[in-house]
Order: sequence, then structure tokens, then C-alpha cells
Amino acid sequence: MTIQFNDETFRDDYSFHNSAWAIKRFPFPFHEDSYMYSVNMEQHRGGPAGSIYEKRFDVDEHYLSEMRDRAMVLADDPLRCQSLPHMTLAGWDLLELIMVSKSEDYPELFELHRDGNTWRWVNKPMGIDDTFTFLDEATLPYGPLEYITRQAQGDWCVLDQRDDNLWMDAGMVTTQADWSLDFDIGMNFFEWHAPVPLAHEKGIFVRALKFLLNIQQGSPARRLNWTMTVTPLLDTSPENYHKWGIQKTTLTPENIGQKQHLRVELQTFFRLPRSNALVFPIRAYLCSFQDLMTMPKWGRRLHRVIRDLPEELATYKGFIANRPMMLDYLSKFDDGLPTSDGIWPEFESEPPLKPSADS
Amino acid sequence: MSGAQKIAVTVTEIVPLNELVTRFKFEPTDGSLLPTFSGGAHTVVEMKDGAITRLNPYSLMSDPMDQTAYTISVRRDDVGRGGSLFMHKRVKVGDQMTISYPVNLFSLDLRAKKHLFLAGGIGITPFMAQIKQLERTNGRWELHYATRSVALGSYVDELTTKHPNETHIYYDDQEQRIDLKNLLDGQPLGTHVYVCGPKGMIDWVRKTATDEGWPREAIHYEEFLAPKSGKPFEVKLAISNKVIQVGEDESLLEAMEREGVDAPYLCRGGACGQCETDVIDYSGTFIHRDHWLEDADHKSGKKIMPCVSRFEGKTLVLDR
Repeated sequence: MTIQFNDETFRDDYSFHNSAWAIKRFPFPFHEDSYMYSVNMEQHRGGPAGSIYEKRFDVDEHYLSEMRDRAMVLADDPLRCQSLPHMTLAGWDLLELIMVSKSEDYPELFELHRDGNTWRWVNKPMGIDDTFTFLDEATLPYGPLEYITRQAQGDWCVLDQRDDNLWMDAGMVTTQADWSLDFDIGMNFFEWHAPVPLAHEKGIFVRALKFLLNIQQGSPARRLNWTMTVTPLLDTSPENYHKWGIQKTTLTPENIGQKQHLRVELQTFFRLPRSNALVFPIRAYLCSFQDLMTMPKWGRRLHRVIRDLPEELATYKGFIANRPMMLDYLSKFDDGLPTSDGIWPEFESEPPLKPSADS
Repeated sequence: MSGAQKIAVTVTEIVPLNELVTRFKFEPTDGSLLPTFSGGAHTVVEMKDGAITRLNPYSLMSDPMDQTAYTISVRRDDVGRGGSLFMHKRVKVGDQMTISYPVNLFSLDLRAKKHLFLAGGIGITPFMAQIKQLERTNGRWELHYATRSVALGSYVDELTTKHPNETHIYYDDQEQRIDLKNLLDGQPLGTHVYVCGPKGMIDWVRKTATDEGWPREAIHYEEFLAPKSGKPFEVKLAISNKVIQVGEDESLLEAMEREGVDAPYLCRGGACGQCETDVIDYSGTFIHRDHWLEDADHKSGKKIMPCVSRFEGKTLVLDR
């Protein structure tokens, strides 16, 4: 399959958009009509053809625009990419994992040629053709982590594993849902999750950590997480809150379908071989409410989930103030019909929206 | 599928090192490359021993960057449950075997300014790979290796030849002992200590280092819980609709596998949690040995880790 890359922006005029293909494969995160935290992990071993689960690292139509946006964020704030001194080996592990995976999964886009420690990496979409010495930092324009994650969509947390805990000791974070690598660097799993409500009481993090500590080489895992973003902004960082927080007040009943986006993170977890570190890619996908509503099942379900979500979660995810307006909009797409299990849109079998007398 | 990913390998070399220890070399049967690994990792080796499939973990001791072959060293244990005897007596060059992807429960702390290794007997094996890893990355290390005698000193010659300044050997039969307190006292700030060997040695090192004020995070040890033998017992598996007998020398997990029940597992040592199983009904006493479940779970009678825990009593019904 050839990917047609969009020319679009995630700032200023916000020309970001999803094609019909991208909407159909959007990772809708709700497998039932309600939502509560759970350790919703599964093996990351492929998925339906064309889905975001199919490849180890999904490349889609937003690739080039996202990489352009990342370069702009880094130019303004170099601390978005950091690696503590003991994490260099893990950076090489990650470089190898991404290069090997992408060249095998997308041979028409990426090539890796290895002759001992002399490696040649070809990234056709970005026009890169570099030859370097594996494990020799002096032969790359950036450290190994920064070099490869300037060419890979999503954020990348590289977690050191020691003392039965995980430590946020390296990363590339420019497309985050309101958290900061510069603030969290060096923290352990419980420290960086401290702000999350309800989940601690439910013992979610203790169980999640046990699971993550036991992720093994060759057996990656994945889960979906979600939040809400007004306007398709990738860099919703605390550093820039003054720029994007205000946008939440610009929603109106007229523009909400086009401006309000469901933001879904495909989170995957891979054990890195040489360093025994864990890499945690967080890949953000955005979809406007009006595009989501083209799938009748998602329309019905999103309304029910948002309506019934506990107040603490709506507050933590930052949309408590706009929830009534969201529900006014979403309720028009919920005719009360039952929905099928699972996250897939089932647009061929799910009944179309019933016209409603009172809407 | 249960356990870590599997790799089909062929045994390409068997080298008896001394009366007790033999080294085995595995190469991928399909000619592909093996995954790289980190020093301290082990692989779980599957042994088809008649009706029983044994899965024993062994530390990888080859160069972690060498993707052409893995090597392990197996010490013969004449009173164990039989895994090492199988490796010594039954495995031949050319045999095809199945091993797991590398799993590391004894990783180097890469923040350490220096790595101080303390090995006892066959506990030398994970350090062989860690030393190779540190040599490639210019890490600073020192090894103190206690072994019973010159005759049983596996890899002593290799280590003292290649690394004469870093290696220190102690022979038990010559009354040579590691002067641990002094050794710890002389280490530069930022040193991490690692111990692998008999349980008594691990306890001694952990206690001495703790008493000397070493931070808990700077003391590393590898302790595999091997399943223990025990009285045979009967289990009803509700989902599989089977009643199975767990023999004296097999674990509950092994008995389920023998009966064709696909029970999840990973470490087979009571640590990882993958094999956690719900108890539907019981009348008797659990012998919990895992590190995974909380004390409350152990007391509840609602959960068991079949890789290392057993049961004594009349009835045990599991949700499996």
C-alpha cells in the first residue's frame, strides 16, 4: 500500500485532517458503552490488515507533517528530548528496534543495510540517506535516541528498569497530553503517575507496574488511552498551557463538531535487548467529533461514555467545563440502539442512525 | 501462547569442563540470527524427558552481542528433580531443542561507577556475559570468584588469562575466603555489588553489605526459585474439565502442561505473575512459595501460582 502523506499543520491555521482511510482505522478506545480504568493490556503482535495494530510502529498519512511539527517544537525547546548518561545504550537499542522494524514492515519507505557495525539507513519519505557506525555516537548528527525519534511518529519514553521499578530516564516528548519530560525526568513509575485520580485507589498502578516489569524481549504489549483536545494540537504540553488552555473556551455549539477532537494514544511497550530498558512509545491519534460521528456505532457509544464518566475523570482529562456542550452535540447521534462489542466501527453491519423526532 | 517467545535451536557443541559442569552451545536451527541480550539474562531450556517436559532456566554466558550462538553451562545436580541430569546424560550434539527468548532478572545497573561481582561456583555464568558486555562499553568491573577447588574452577583459566587485573580467585579447599568486609570498604562511591551463587553466599553478601551501610539499590542478587518436590496431590481443572494428578517431582504447572492444558507462564520461578490462577474450591492447605501474590491473597484461599506452589488436602478445584 502506498501512503499519500498529508501536507498539514498542527498549529496556527490547523490544517490537520483525516482522510476517509484514516477515520476508518482510527483507534476508537471504547470497547463498550462505559469507561473505567483497567490494566487493559494485550500482546502487540500485529492486528487486522490496515489497522493501526498491524505494524510494530504505525506510519500513516500524518508522518511528514508530524515530523515537521516535532522539529519546530525542538527548535523552541531542546529539553523535550533528554537522555541521562546511563541511557545511551538504550538509545542505540531503540534506534536498532525502529530501523529494523520499519525497514521490514515498510520496505518501500525505509531501508537498513548492515555490514558489521557500519549501517546505512535510508528514509525515503524524509529524504534521508545516512551511513554511520553502530554504537559510535560521533558518527550521527544527534544522539541515537534523538536521531531516530526525529524520524518516528509519537512520543518515546525510555524507562530504565532497576530496583523493581521503572525510571523515566530518557525520552522524546513533543506530542504529549499535558505532561512534561523535563519535569518527570528521573522519576519512578509511581512518582510520575501521582497526579492520576482514582487509579491508585483501585491498585491499578501496582498491577500495571508488575505487568510492565515482566514484559519480555520479543513479546511487546499495547493498550489504548484517551483524552480530549480542542483544535488538533499535538504539543499540548504544560510548558505551553498558556497557548492552548485558552482554546477550550472557544468551543461553541456551532464549531464543536469540527473543533473538538478525541485524542487517543496507542501505547506500546517493548523490552530493549542490550540495556534491558523498556521503551514506551505513545502514539497520539486525533479525530474530530464530526468525523467520528460518520460511524454510527462510535456516535452512540461516545455519547454514552462521556455522559456516564465519573466527574473526577472528566476533570482530570480537562473537559469537565465543556461536557454539557459535548453532550448536547453527541446526544443527536445516539438513538438508543444497542452497540456491538469491541472497538471496531463495524460500519457495514451497524445500523445507521435512526432519525429522531425530538432533535 | 504461554511463556516467552520460543527459538528452535540445534546443539552444536558440548564441552565437559570438569567433573560437574558441562557447557552447551545452541545455534538457531533455521540459520537465522539470535536476539542480542543484556548480561545477566537467562534462557528457559525445554527438555522432553519421557512424559515430562522440563523447563529450566540457565544463565546465558556468551557475548551478548554475538547473534550466532548462545552458550550455557550446566552443573550436574544428582539430587535435584532431574533437569541437569537430562542435559548431562541425554543431550547430544546435533539434537534439536527449544529455548526461550532471553529474560533478564539480574541486569546490570548502568548508572554504577563500578561493578563488583561476587561469584560462587556455577554462579559465575551470568558474570561471564556481563563482563563481555562491560568490556565492549569500557565499563569498570572487578570479579571475586569462590570455587571449591582448582579441578572444579570453571572458566578460571579463561578469566585469569584475559583479565588478570580484575579477576580474583578463591579456592575453598585451600581455605581461601573472600575478605568481604574489607573488600566492600575499599570500593569507590557509586559501586554496585552483584552476587550469584549458593543461597548461603547470597544471604552473607546481602547482610554484610547492608550492615556496612550499602544502599539497598546497590546490592543485586539472582535467586531462582526452583519448584520443590512434595507430596502428590489431585487437582480438578474446571475449564478443561479434567482431573489431574501432580506427582512428587513435578510442579502443578508441569502437571497441567503434561495433560495438554495451555496454562500461562513466564519465569517459572514465582516472580512474574503470569501463571496466577483462581481457586474455585478447596479443602486442605496451600503451600504458597511465590513472590508474586500479596499475603492477603495467600491467606484468602482464592489464588495460587502453579509454577512453585503446591497443595495438601482432599479437594482443589482451579479455574483453568
